[in-house]
Amino acid sequence: MVDKKKLVDLYTRTLKVRLFESKVWDIFGQNLIPGTLHLYLGQEAVAAGVTAALEKTDWIQSTHRGHGHVVAKGADMKHAFAELLGKATGSCKGKGGSMHITQFDAGVLGATGVVASGLPIAVGAALSCKMRGTKDVVACFFGDGASNNGTFGESLNMSAIWNLPVIWVVENNFYAMGTPIKWTCPSQSIAQRAEGYCIPNKVVNGNNTLEVYEAVVEAVERARAGEGPTLIECQTYRMKGHSRFDPAKYRPKEEAEFWLSQDPVEIIRKIAIEQGALTEKEADKIKKKLEKEVNAAAEFAIKSDYPKPEEALEDVFAEEVA
Amino acid sequence: MTEMTYREALKQGLREEMQRDERVFILGEDVGKNWGGAFKVTKGLAEEFGDERVRDTPISENTIVGAAVGAAITGLRPVAEIMFGDLITLAMDQVCNQAAKMRYMFGGQTSVPLVVRTVFGGGKNIASHHSQSLEAWFMHTPGLKIALPAFASDVKGLIKTAIRDPNPVMFFEHKLVYDKKEEVPDEEYTIPFGEAKIRREGADVTVWGTMFMLHKALEVADELAKEGISVEVIDPRTLVPLDKKTLLDSVKKTGRLVLVTEETKTGATTAEIAAMVQEEAFDWLDAPIVRVNAPDTPVPFSPPLEKFFIPDHKRIADAIRSAL
Ligand SMILES: Cc1ncc(C[n+]2csc(CCOP(=O)(O)OP(=O)(O)O)c2C)c(N)n1
Repeated sequence: MVDKKKLVDLYTRTLKVRLFESKVWDIFGQNLIPGTLHLYLGQEAVAAGVTAALEKTDWIQSTHRGHGHVVAKGADMKHAFAELLGKATGSCKGKGGSMHITQFDAGVLGATGVVASGLPIAVGAALSCKMRGTKDVVACFFGDGASNNGTFGESLNMSAIWNLPVIWVVENNFYAMGTPIKWTCPSQSIAQRAEGYCIPNKVVNGNNTLEVYEAVVEAVERARAGEGPTLIECQTYRMKGHSRFDPAKYRPKEEAEFWLSQDPVEIIRKIAIEQGALTEKEADKIKKKLEKEVNAAAEFAIKSDYPKPEEALEDVFAEEVA
Repeated sequence: MTEMTYREALKQGLREEMQRDERVFILGEDVGKNWGGAFKVTKGLAEEFGDERVRDTPISENTIVGAAVGAAITGLRPVAEIMFGDLITLAMDQVCNQAAKMRYMFGGQTSVPLVVRTVFGGGKNIASHHSQSLEAWFMHTPGLKIALPAFASDVKGLIKTAIRDPNPVMFFEHKLVYDKKEEVPDEEYTIPFGEAKIRREGADVTVWGTMFMLHKALEVADELAKEGISVEVIDPRTLVPLDKKTLLDSVKKTGRLVLVTEETKTGATTAEIAAMVQEEAFDWLDAPIVRVNAPDTPVPFSPPLEKFFIPDHKRIADAIRSAL
């Protein structure tokens, strides 16, 4: 059973990601964000459920759709926002932007613009946790589309033969850009694919933070006990299109209506209230507080300066030699 | 000093670093005790350090390098071996998009202390998928350091520097140098990156070359000395960082430059070096820079074809004469 404190945490995390992303969408609409953007709106329960099951010292590996993961893991929202705007105060000093938003000291190994390239890195990080004798685990996020890349097979295999503490988190939002997963994957679920690698796997409702959390807690326990990797497929849906100019017209109306009615924030709020962890009033109070934080973060970012052009030359190589 | 092969010196460097720093480990296909590496470089290390630290992997090049990246950014010092240099094509994403860029795109939040060892070059009649020389691709990727030692005494010091460097280092060996012998200091030493070595002093012409071609250039220089031609031979030892000064000083002294590598000509490292010298020492040049490379074809199999492909003594000697 999940205790009340944890339920409050699950609600707070889910809402935090929602509010952050809503603000990002808002500012994006004002044309303040350069380049493109892959919003996490709609998938909040996955990031929140996964990170709530991790300790601060555990790692996550993120993707091109990474803001939600990073914010849920506890990255500073001011620096996250500033990174999206390309400001010098960004967590990557404006060198990464939306697709590379990363904060190492919050336990984020990196967000990557190359689909499926994070899986090998997660293998190495998990190997490192094991070889260094820590009890840390690595949760690796990737999409349904990413599971068609070769690194999926390579990395699942390596994690299994070496019994590594990795939790493979598939965010199955059913589309890779405009390509539905049913066009590219012959099996019923992506989780099924893990079976060839003898990796325990599970499909969960990725719009239900509690369900995601409970599955990941089990996987984390296995990983910390030295019992190796688990794959969890979280079925979810994006509220918006894939990126900047995508109205997501390719999604059948009924399908979209169904999924968009399954609001992750509403779901976890209802659960927390029903289980007596929160009153309506307390839930609203948390929301007000988070809104304030998010607004302050956005304001900080908007007011921050851009990097100086010559800063483009810095950080290519590290200097000190051990 | 002990005379030993390049292979032995390299293994000694690896062994010393593994003894010195428990974060150092080796991973790659067949590096462990059943085989000891396709070229036997790691033979014996698994017995000595265990198969956790000399780790056989599946045939998964992209994930071998990616795992090294993940291990490097979380506190270990991996040395990944790619069995043949041609196969690094399968790991280009992890080498060029991840390892090389991570520090930069994350604004200096991390560094990526890993070494990727692999072997280049022809001469063994193993055709187009096991014989290329691809160093220019990596020289063209900001964020990677590149070492290409050609001598036993260098390989020991350079592998140790590579392992201690906080950046990704591409460490390129050549199939035909593993058995070459040289006196190697017994004590522990490192060789700084970015310091070329003048392998032979000369006054008439500078020859800059890498890997196995460097050995050929030195032999040619000995032959030409009999004709009264004095050749200075420079071994860069690392391409990134590049020791421009030693090369430019030599060119300013001799006024003539011949560049020799086993790469196919178009877009080779020799093109970059030639352009750099034109930019920085044009006024000192008394003749056009001459490049000796392989022709722009895949590496052929049949012995006469491969022999034609790889620059030989005669082509190097002719090139030197043509520069005089
Ligand atoms: C290797 C690679 N191929 C193509 C792209 C272009 N691209 C960016 S996101 C994307 C779809 C990814 O789908 P999925 O993995 O399901 O993640 P989602 O966007 O649904 O979160 C594609 C094809 C890329 N960035 N990397």
